[in-house]
Amino acid sequence: MGITLPVLILALPFAMFLILGIGGVKMSRKLAGVLGICANGALLAMSYTVAFTYFFSGETAYIIDGVRQQLQLFDVTWMAFTERLVVNIGFLLDPISAMMLIVITTISFMVHLYSWGYMEHEPGFQRYYAFLSLFTFSMLGLVVATNIFQMYIFWELVGVSSYLLIGFFYKLPSAVSASKKAFIVTRFADLFMLIGILVLSYYVSQTPADGPLGGASAFNFIMLNNNSANVLESTLCGTFMGGSILSWAMVFIFVGGMGKSAMLPLHIWLPDAMEGPTPVSALIHAATMVVAGVYLVARFFPLYLIADGSLLFITVVGAITAFYAAVVACCQIDIKRILAFSTISQIAFMMVSLGVTRPELHEGMGYMASMFHLFTHAMFKALLFLGAGALIHAVHSNNYTAMGGMRKYMPVTHWTFLIGCLAIAGIPPFSGFFSKDEMLTAMYANSPLWGAWMTMVAALTAFYMFRMYFRVFWWEENPHYKDHTPHDAPWQMSVPLIFLAAVSCVAGFIPFGEFVTWDRAPYHIHLDMSVAIPSICVAVVAIAFAAWLYAKKNEKPSKMKVAMPVLWEAAHRRFYWDEIYMFVTHKIIFNGICRGIAWFDRHIIDGTMDGLAAVTQFASAKIKGMQSGNVQTYVIWYFFGALLLAAITWICLL
Amino acid sequence: MDLSILWYLVPSVIMFVAGVYGFVTRKNMIALLISLELMLNSADLNFVVFNRYLFPGSMEGMFFTLFAIAIAAAETAIAIAIIINIYRSVQNTDINVVNKMKF
Amino acid sequence: MFGNILIWFVIVPVLMMAGLACCGNSNMKAIRTVMVAGSTVLLGMAVWLVCEFLSLRGSGDTSEMLFTGSWLWYAPLNIHLAVGVDGISVLMLLLSAIIVFAGTFASWKIDPLPKNFFLWFCLLSTGVFGFFISIDMFTMFMFYEVALIPMYLLIGVWGTGRKEYSAMKLTLMLMGGSAFLMLGLLGIFWHSAPTMDQCTWNILEISHNAAIDPSWQRLLFCFTFVGFGVLGAMFPFHTWSPDGHACAPTAVSMLHAGVLMKLGGYGCFRIAIFLCPQGAQELAWIFIILTGISVVYGAFSACVQTDLKYINAYSSVSHCGMVLFAILMLNTTAMTGGILQMLSHGLMTALFFALIGMIYGRTHTRDIRQMGGLMKIMPYLGVCYMIAGFASLGLPGMSGFVAEMTIFFGAFEEADMFHRIFVIAATCSIVITAVYILRVVGKLVLGPVQDEHHLSLTDASWWERLSTVTLIVCLAGIGFFPNWINETIRTSFEPIINALQNAL
Repeated sequence: MGITLPVLILALPFAMFLILGIGGVKMSRKLAGVLGICANGALLAMSYTVAFTYFFSGETAYIIDGVRQQLQLFDVTWMAFTERLVVNIGFLLDPISAMMLIVITTISFMVHLYSWGYMEHEPGFQRYYAFLSLFTFSMLGLVVATNIFQMYIFWELVGVSSYLLIGFFYKLPSAVSASKKAFIVTRFADLFMLIGILVLSYYVSQTPADGPLGGASAFNFIMLNNNSANVLESTLCGTFMGGSILSWAMVFIFVGGMGKSAMLPLHIWLPDAMEGPTPVSALIHAATMVVAGVYLVARFFPLYLIADGSLLFITVVGAITAFYAAVVACCQIDIKRILAFSTISQIAFMMVSLGVTRPELHEGMGYMASMFHLFTHAMFKALLFLGAGALIHAVHSNNYTAMGGMRKYMPVTHWTFLIGCLAIAGIPPFSGFFSKDEMLTAMYANSPLWGAWMTMVAALTAFYMFRMYFRVFWWEENPHYKDHTPHDAPWQMSVPLIFLAAVSCVAGFIPFGEFVTWDRAPYHIHLDMSVAIPSICVAVVAIAFAAWLYAKKNEKPSKMKVAMPVLWEAAHRRFYWDEIYMFVTHKIIFNGICRGIAWFDRHIIDGTMDGLAAVTQFASAKIKGMQSGNVQTYVIWYFFGALLLAAITWICLL
Repeated sequence: MDLSILWYLVPSVIMFVAGVYGFVTRKNMIALLISLELMLNSADLNFVVFNRYLFPGSMEGMFFTLFAIAIAAAETAIAIAIIINIYRSVQNTDINVVNKMKF
Repeated sequence: MFGNILIWFVIVPVLMMAGLACCGNSNMKAIRTVMVAGSTVLLGMAVWLVCEFLSLRGSGDTSEMLFTGSWLWYAPLNIHLAVGVDGISVLMLLLSAIIVFAGTFASWKIDPLPKNFFLWFCLLSTGVFGFFISIDMFTMFMFYEVALIPMYLLIGVWGTGRKEYSAMKLTLMLMGGSAFLMLGLLGIFWHSAPTMDQCTWNILEISHNAAIDPSWQRLLFCFTFVGFGVLGAMFPFHTWSPDGHACAPTAVSMLHAGVLMKLGGYGCFRIAIFLCPQGAQELAWIFIILTGISVVYGAFSACVQTDLKYINAYSSVSHCGMVLFAILMLNTTAMTGGILQMLSHGLMTALFFALIGMIYGRTHTRDIRQMGGLMKIMPYLGVCYMIAGFASLGLPGMSGFVAEMTIFFGAFEEADMFHRIFVIAATCSIVITAVYILRVVGKLVLGPVQDEHHLSLTDASWWERLSTVTLIVCLAGIGFFPNWINETIRTSFEPIINALQNAL
């Protein structure tokens, strides 16, 4: 494969960003929309070409003896920090990046198309498309990164595009503060990632220049991953607080991933990010950007495997987050928030699945399962978000209390939404069942604790999704429908829904293990009935429970709420994480540290300087009285001075 | 008969101290001027005396004194003129009243 | 003498002053013509110089300084007007020319006394350009003073707010720094050669002689570093910066934060570290502590300010602290990052101050609590403000990211615990920077419109657009293609690094 397509894949969306961003003001909406969609269509075609060539052509460049190869299609020097620390910008083609190419461009195209209908009447339509292009560019750059530093560069760029898109409705204070929060929280996580990269690359660059880690690319993924033993060796020179240096570096890098992927305790930005336009939530905060953390771990997997403790850390963080988010999702009213917490929970699922992966357990299938789930989740979660967008578009409210009985009015949305819910709940034959089953198998293989724990989360998932489904589409019709009858969305919005629903129906049958595995050798998926049957059972029970509670209007939910007021309130307020953060950031950091320092600066430091000036002035004011202008006083001073001098001279001469 | 140099110097010192005393204590500017002249004259006297006693061969002290007398006369004229002008503008010759140019 | 291009960097501003002197007092057209012509010529010369410099280096000219020339000025003290540039000073000249160019357009409608304003402005530029071309410590110091004094009048006359107080404070504090500096320079001069009669002010000769006694080096390093550090807004000598910037008129803020503060950083490595390498090796830790504090302290202080200019002044304290911090790491990578940060900060702060001036010119307030939603009212300025903000918080694709990353990776080369702690503290500033930048952007540019009267305000005019676009293009240029600039700086550091190595 030449370098034309890879370069174009990166250049096209960036060019679109510049064209739409700078020229958008002068463009009509229609032109901007068509331009954006066409460019994205071209991008989709190119990415599919690259990915399908890679997966299916069978050429020896891509696959040798069944093992898929990693290729750097191009890798040019961007900047050299030192001789050993050189930052390249390149295009790495391997199973996970090819898979991500498909996911990103597919969802991005669907969202572009959908937005044409959804955002039609919003001011700043051109700007919106420009930002979408910027995001697509950054995300593609992130997944094809050949080195950790390139990933960091695009990591920051996706952060900014996310900031811009969350704050798209910039006149709303809530959107502004949500975007700010998202950026700052992820930036805080990126700080750790940066420190992790600094540590890792420092030790790697200290190895002999002619050794296996020699050469000019201490950041390079392929080199680091293939020589993970040498990396470990290079960091053995010390420990820090009981952990090896490599473990610390890898955990720090993972913290960056925790920020982007909204793992506890850095999850607080994601629910607020729902202030952005709904298609943006579907693209960025459900399907692509938030899985960057998972992708990061998958990318560096050989190093995580060798850095002891780091995989356990990932597993624990993931398991706690998955459960936490699932519980909170059960008590939300805003349908986008429910989906946001569901996203957090599902990403945590993938994290756990990566964390439990060991090469000796089922040939490391957890990795494959995690990537599989990333793929299927991207599809059905984007579907759910876009469906939610259609609902919001119809009733102009995010809360399910404004909905109910929608199945009659919006049949397309209803059926596609149902497919999405079934997929996420893990009901065969929808895609989520297959990926989740593989993940659970991997977890049980590692430890029954993780398996049982995550099965419980899966049950909660089925419950809260169907709670929302029944509450929105069944329950009781909202009386306001008489004034304003909701109806299905225009075709630009329906087509993506139907397409994604179709994908969610069939994606489960993709033999994913043939394409993506941790060692890039094929793995033959087989259903483990001992895991599959219990998980289907709990899902069905959970759905039935949700149906019992919410299928028709009744008093049971409110009775339950009254029966457990403390729990409900805590879960509804997301276990007070936001309040804790508010306290720390506002009360302690802002009011305490920042104001303290500002006061110190104005009064102590500046006061000292002003004080010096004041002392000078004071002394001057005191001394200037001697310059009285009174000649007689001067004469007295002079006379005695002269006498004194004479006396001194006399004494000296004696 | 030879008078000791002290016979000249002691009156000169008395004159000088009287001049200083007058200059410091008096308020009237004319009186100040007179005190100033006293000091000047005592210095002149010293010049002449030292010239006569210490360097009898030369005349510089004498000449210098003649110069000083001439200049003192001119200076007194200017000073009197200034004092008269001040008196015209503020109706006063008290040194403590005329302090506008202080600082 | 006039065949040397570098001399013309001083002559052109002087000619501009002569031209301005001939203009009528309120003949805006003539004044602008002179200023635009002059600053364009300067910019052209700077660009030409960079190209010529790179091609000379490319053709294998490896002498320490290029375009050198030396003319005796005062024989008894061996003072020369000695000029010469390496990669760093070339870039600094380019930066200054860009900012003078942008500053001219930013003060298109200066009022009152436009002629006098530009006269002092040109004098200031003379000093700045003269400083960067000099390799003789005495003339360097002289140009340094020439650059400082006009600040007093520019702020005192054309400023806003407590302008007399601020002008006085700024001048006095910088003069205090100069006093230290003068002591240091005299000390270096008297120890510059083995025998008294060979003493020299020429930086290159001094470094070749390497005759300064180690015990003296310690003292002289501290004197010169503090002297230049005051101008580089080093904690605790930074308080002139917030007041001075807040009261200065737009173009002066731009030039001051953009270029004049760079004089400090430039002097620190060109004189303090280069000429007293052993002193630097031994005592850098003191200043690492101070500048490390600067970085974090400035950023925290900026978080609670409400005046736009104060925010940027404190942000400058933080960023300039980063410059000195990087230079003190005494290795090539970090020092290169320091220079990149100087360039980046110069452009970015100039952009910030230009925008603040434009916004203030319209709304007549700089209090962020009284403004909001400017994106709706003046989208162009709003977008530019966001771009400046992103450059400041280190967005990839902007110069700030390149500079900060180079500093961090360079500083991480120093493996002992002391350096590690301060480096990690300094990296924390990227988060705090994000906090205060987004706070301002959120309040000022985004959100609902606070004041109904602002709705009738107009967006940027052509000269304002020209001024901002120039700066943004440069910011993005460095951000996208950092490598050539990086290489230019790296190779220029070789003599300094060699001096430091020999001192060990």
